[in-house]
Amino acid sequence: MKKIIFISLLIITHTFNLNLHAEYLDGNKILKQIDENMYSKTMVTTSRMIVHGKRRSRTMRVRSWTQGDTRSFSEYLSPPKDAGTKMLKIDDKLWIYNPQADRIIQISGHMLRQSMMGSDISYEDMMEDNETSEIYKAHTIGEEVFNESDCWVLKLTAKTDDVAYHTKNIWVDKEKIIPLKEERYGKSGKLLKTTEITEIMKIDKRWYPKKFVFKDVLKKGKGTEFIIESIEFDVKIPEIRFSKAALRK
Amino acid sequence: MVTKLALRNIFGSGLRTWLNIFILSLSYFVIIALQGFFVGWQEDATREMKEWDLAGGQYWQQSYDPYDPFTLDDSHGPTPKELQEKIKKDKAISILLTPATIYPKGRMRNIVLKGIDPQQKLLKIPTKHLRSDEDEISCLIGSEFAKKIDIKEGEYLVLRWRDKNGVYDAEDVKIAHIFHTTVLTVESNQIWIPLSQLQEMLDLPGEVTIITMKDENYNKQFQGWTYRNLDFLLADLKNMIKAKTVGSSIIYFLLLFLAVLAIFDTQILSIFRRRKEMGTMMAMGMTRPKIIQLFTTEGALHAVFAIFMGAIYGIPLLNYFEKVGMNIGMDAKEWGLSGLEDALYPVYGWKLVLGTIIFVFLTVIIVSYLPTRKISRLKPTDALRGKMTKKKVD
Repeated sequence: MKKIIFISLLIITHTFNLNLHAEYLDGNKILKQIDENMYSKTMVTTSRMIVHGKRRSRTMRVRSWTQGDTRSFSEYLSPPKDAGTKMLKIDDKLWIYNPQADRIIQISGHMLRQSMMGSDISYEDMMEDNETSEIYKAHTIGEEVFNESDCWVLKLTAKTDDVAYHTKNIWVDKEKIIPLKEERYGKSGKLLKTTEITEIMKIDKRWYPKKFVFKDVLKKGKGTEFIIESIEFDVKIPEIRFSKAALRK
Repeated sequence: MVTKLALRNIFGSGLRTWLNIFILSLSYFVIIALQGFFVGWQEDATREMKEWDLAGGQYWQQSYDPYDPFTLDDSHGPTPKELQEKIKKDKAISILLTPATIYPKGRMRNIVLKGIDPQQKLLKIPTKHLRSDEDEISCLIGSEFAKKIDIKEGEYLVLRWRDKNGVYDAEDVKIAHIFHTTVLTVESNQIWIPLSQLQEMLDLPGEVTIITMKDENYNKQFQGWTYRNLDFLLADLKNMIKAKTVGSSIIYFLLLFLAVLAIFDTQILSIFRRRKEMGTMMAMGMTRPKIIQLFTTEGALHAVFAIFMGAIYGIPLLNYFEKVGMNIGMDAKEWGLSGLEDALYPVYGWKLVLGTIIFVFLTVIIVSYLPTRKISRLKPTDALRGKMTKKKVD
């Protein structure tokens, strides 16, 4: 009798669970939609990066040119101390040009782990591929309200063994299909970094983050804030922009 | 007879001679003391480095270069079979290295994470405090580094690393023990954890970066590994001490220069003053070479008396330094000097003492002889009248 009750309970619970999950959208589909919304062939942005330190905050203005996931070029416009610093990323290589020293340095190995311009972002974070649906498989694990928006909660697990963050949890706005919050975890499940979008904007048909905070959870502090001042999608970027010669120009 | 006469002249001379002797004795003392400190430092540092880090020599995985942190990610390989046997017999130990990041008090800091067998007895690193059988990771850290990151025994530290595929992970590690060492290469910016745990964390089972050998003469070649003997491993230390020795030699050369200048001066003055005495000696049948010998011996006797005078105050002082050491008045580790405690303990070998005596003695003889060459031209008639015979100009 006990056995029958146990099996019945198991069947009821299982069915109930299945029913619950049936309400959720397929995580992989949501991820694909995010990629379609967020990524363009080329992108030119002007943004502000505010690094919140222990005593004071530093604001840097950056203009960036991006082509797909593999090529990007950034130039720091202000403050005067950092103005003229340029970064070039091609595939898994990163070069930095320092105007004071008039030298181009390739950042590799150990140095990639260091913080970029004192922010919570490491050079490695910058190097990460952005096409999430290609490297993660998604599973919708629930729904939550985040910043007054109804969100799907997606658990992303890396498809291969060579992805920097093994798992991620993302909160995706159900209506605008944009991730509003992201948590990056280590292999053992320790939370390492978070991103929270506090303001979004609509450009043409796309929803895009306007203001977001990136935080290294292991580090003390309020994280690094990004504010997108202007953005242009699918603009023509001359090939020379993604060359080492452009760093010294 | 010449020596007897020279001795009588020296004892009969005034305070100026004894001052010269004192300055010369100071040269002996400073040269021996300074050289002794450098020899002592090298011996201490070599011993400490062998006990804590190098043992009898090391095999490095072929990609490993301690001066290039970029090589750390790829510097690992399986231990050769023959060396595995040595490890089993406690005749070698293996160490795995990887770059990692710690967050002491919420600040980010890049370090080198090292894995070592907790059972090892080859190196002085107190690995018995490491526990690999527990769920949590325990670690060892040097006292100087612990002071820098402000952490104490029993406290936890967030450690972040990437495995062989570049996947991030992080864990809280417990400071199991803080050890004190003078060897910077095992404590500066690094943390020690059990080898098996690190291999598991990096997904590198059986792979290591360095194999440290007990036997100094074991230098068999293995594919993918480079043997580094003690001469190679200690070359930096030796070069640094050599550079410091050369730098400090300026001090004692200056001191010796002052002493021999005084002797040279005294010789010139006495040859000028004692013309009549030289004339009398020549008139009584003493040859010029004998007179030159007399004056040179007088000069050389300065060096002999300086040895005795130096011994009177030098031996107790040098013995004192040997026992108590000399406080160097700085934190050696902050200056990047390995193997140095707060005090320096000198070592004086017979080679050093004898070498210094011979060097100073020869210098003094040469300096004493040079002014006496004038005597070879001296005519007894001129000398008796108190004149110096002038050099003929053809």
